[in-house]
Parts: sequence; C-alpha cells; structure tokens
Amino acid sequence: MVPERGDVMRYSGFRVLLEGLRGNRGWRPAWRKPDPKPAYDVVIIGGGGHGLSTAYYLAKNHGITNVAVLEKGWLGSGNIGRNTTIVRANYFLPGNSEFYSHSLKLWEKLERDLNYNVMHSQRGLINLFHSDGQRDAFARRGNAMLAQGDDAVLLDREGVRELLPYLDFDQTRFPIYGGLYHPRGGTARHDAVAWGYARAADQRGVDLIENCEVTGIDIDQGRVTGVQTTRGAIRAKKVAIVVAGRSSQVAAMAGLRLPIESHILQAFVTEGLKPCIDHVVSFGMGHFYISQSDKGGLVFGGDLDFYASYAARGNLPMVEHVMEAGMTLMPMIGRAKVLRSWGGIMDMSPDGSPIIDRAPVDGLFINCGWNYGGFKAVPASGRCLAHLMATGAPHKVAARFRLDRFATGHLLDEEGTGSQHNLH
Amino acid sequence: MRITCPCCGSRDRREFTYYGSDDYLRRPDADAAAQAWDDYLHNRDNPAGETRDLWYHDPCGTWVKVTRDTVTHAIHACEPVAGEAG
Repeated sequence: MVPERGDVMRYSGFRVLLEGLRGNRGWRPAWRKPDPKPAYDVVIIGGGGHGLSTAYYLAKNHGITNVAVLEKGWLGSGNIGRNTTIVRANYFLPGNSEFYSHSLKLWEKLERDLNYNVMHSQRGLINLFHSDGQRDAFARRGNAMLAQGDDAVLLDREGVRELLPYLDFDQTRFPIYGGLYHPRGGTARHDAVAWGYARAADQRGVDLIENCEVTGIDIDQGRVTGVQTTRGAIRAKKVAIVVAGRSSQVAAMAGLRLPIESHILQAFVTEGLKPCIDHVVSFGMGHFYISQSDKGGLVFGGDLDFYASYAARGNLPMVEHVMEAGMTLMPMIGRAKVLRSWGGIMDMSPDGSPIIDRAPVDGLFINCGWNYGGFKAVPASGRCLAHLMATGAPHKVAARFRLDRFATGHLLDEEGTGSQHNLH
Repeated sequence: MRITCPCCGSRDRREFTYYGSDDYLRRPDADAAAQAWDDYLHNRDNPAGETRDLWYHDPCGTWVKVTRDTVTHAIHACEPVAGEAG
C-alpha cells in the first residue's frame, strides 16, 4: 500500500516494540510513488543524497513544496550508496572550513530532524603523520579547525598508540610520529541518509519520481522552462542539476561544458569481524583509510585509479596498492577476507573543491564537483543549494563554491597541489 | 588495462602516467582571450564513451594519444603524439 500525502507514520523505539508485538504488519512504504505532474515550481535532477537533501531543505526552510526530484534509476542508486561513509569537518581553507563545519552541525541533529536513524556514529577520526614537516602541517590544520569552532587534538606517538595499539609503529618507510584526532568525526549509514531525506521530503509534499531519466533541458530565450524526460515533458520555473557522476552529460543538455573530469575511486569491504577498529583511521602517505561498519566489515579505500572513467569499477594496480598500504599500516588485517570491491564515479574539479552555483542560464542551478568528499557534505550541500534557489543569493558558507572561479582565479585548492585536472 | 606504446608494443598500464584529455594538444595562442585559456585548462567534454587522452610511457619517454572507452575501459587506438602537437 502506498501512503497518501499527510499520512505520516512517526518512527520511534516504542513503534518498533509495538509493531513487533503486532507481527510487523503495520509498516508502510516510507514515501509515495507519484506520477509526474505537468509542471512544478522546482525540478531537481538527481535523486541521490544531495538532490534529496536539496528538496528537503527547500520544503522545510523555505516553504517551497511544489518540487519534483527526478531520478533515472531508484533513489540513492548512485554515489550515496558507493562511498565509504565518512563524516568529518577537518578542512583548512576559508571557504571549505566553514562549509564542512556547518555540515557537521547539521549531521549532529539530523536524526531528530528527519525522524530517521541514519546511524551517525561520532567515533573519532585520526589522520596519521610520519615526519616533522607533516606534524607542522597537521598542527596548522588542527589550529584552523579549532579557529573554526570545531575540535582537533594533536596526538604524539604514544597518544596514537593508546587509541590504535594495533598499528605497526616501527615500520621503516613511514614510522608513525603521531596523528591529528578529530573526535566529532565518524561515519553514518550511507543509504539511510538518502532514505531519511527522501521520506522527510515526501512528507512535506515533494514528489519523488523514480525511473525518470532527463533527456533534455528546455531553454527559451536564455531562461530554463522545463525538462524532457523518459516519462514526458515537465515544465519548471527553476531546475537544479544535482547529478555528481554524470554532471558533464546533463550539463551538456543545457549547452554547458563543465570544469569536471570523471574518475574512479575504489572501495573495499571485508567479511564481518568482531569489533577491532574503533575509529576512522586515515594513512595519507599510503593513500589508505579504514573504518569498521556496525555490521563488522572493514570498509577501506585508497586513491583514484587516475584516469578518466565512468566504469564504476577500477583496475587491479590500485587494488594491489590499497592492500599493500593496509598491510603496511596494520598487518593484523592481513587474514580478513575481502568480500566486495566497487568504484564510485567522482566529479573531479581542477582545484579539488565543489561547485554550488547558478548556471549561465536563467533559472538553472548546478551542484557538482564533489571530488572524493560528497558524502559528508550532503546536509550542507542541500541546505546551501536550497538557499540559493529560494533566495537568489548564495548561502554564506557556500559563497566561494562558484562555477567561474577557475576563470577568475579564486581557487579553493585544499591540497595545495594546483588547479589542473591531472593534479588531484 | 594494457596500452600499446608506439615504440615498445603492448605494455601494462602501470608503466604509463595519465596526463588528461587531448585538449592539451590544442594550446591557445599566447595572446588568446582568457575564455580560451579557461577552456583549455579547465573545461572538459568528459565523455561517457569514446575519449582521446594523453598517456606518458615512463620507461621510454613516449607520449601516446590513446583512443579508448571510459565506460568499458576498452582501448581502441594508440598513436604517438610526436609530430602532431602544435
């Protein structure tokens, strides 16, 4: 049975108990399956984390509920379900720092806000360093995090040993000097984030339309008027492109050529183990990071395969590299069996930072370029795009995520490596 | 993935360094408009399907223009860049 609008079931511990006693016959689908209407005030292309959260904040913060989210597959079928679920606010540059800080604050009240268990777990994140120079760089980053109002603790070698006794501290290539500890960092259940936003947006009247691929963007005299889809034409006053992984293809429908190159980032998960890794551990020198899911699997990943690709799977050289890095850092994982590996399609921007801006077509907006970091940004990204679409002005924490910053030189080069595609 | 180096034949992908789209072969004139330089350096067609990009064969120092499919990772053609770049 598909619920009607306004027919809202609140989730709670009491509800779980009650339904358990009643044989779980009372649960209903979490959102409706409406057919598209001929016209909406706002059409959002892309039913992933960012698109769904944009719809939710349009409805909740701005009272704009005549909204459709168009998804070519099923809700949450893209990168929201392909990431390694890490949530953190440990950025350095003005522009990024306040944005991710804002996002983490939204995460911290997200479950109450959505009435949905996204399993947000602030288990702490530790970035390891391996030289005096790296320690200085991390001290500087930690100070930037503190100045932003977030938390950071610089751990020495013994401090890291207390939290992560299982690391190989005496490896000769990258001896562990210490780590930057971000206690409020952690993980969340990635699919649940999409489902929670979907359900909450649906309850506020947003139409979530699945199996509806956009095939064209209608533009009349420099102004967007709607979209063509596999389920017919839909008129709209405003349209947002929120399709990281396919941004270049959808933007091309509006005649735009984006500063984006798509790359593959691989991730891996092992069989379920008893709890052994209590934090998120990041080993930057080896391009390796790891956490343990609540189900027990070790979830880990590495660096890009480093060539443009839409294959959603990687090649073996990077698999080998990631396994080597993991074994270098924590030999104890060597006997865990890897169950699955997969790849996500990353929108890589030249400076490694995202874009939330108007497109050069009236009424058209674009949210893309999330590089490796889109998951933790989901709440603030939707909030800021909703603010931009509703008020016409960028949200103050996302004002620097401009589409034209590569032409004007206002780059956000967090890694300090430059602003060309082959550098990130 | 294996790439055919025009000098050395079919080699493992690990011997190559990826540089990016073959847009880099179409460098604007020094006095071209800022828009042309922005397009050259930053904006990309980024096709899902057939693409042409530049790879450097580290052992022999040959630049290779590779025509390949970004969805299947199939390699269709490998040509030397030498003699083509303007």
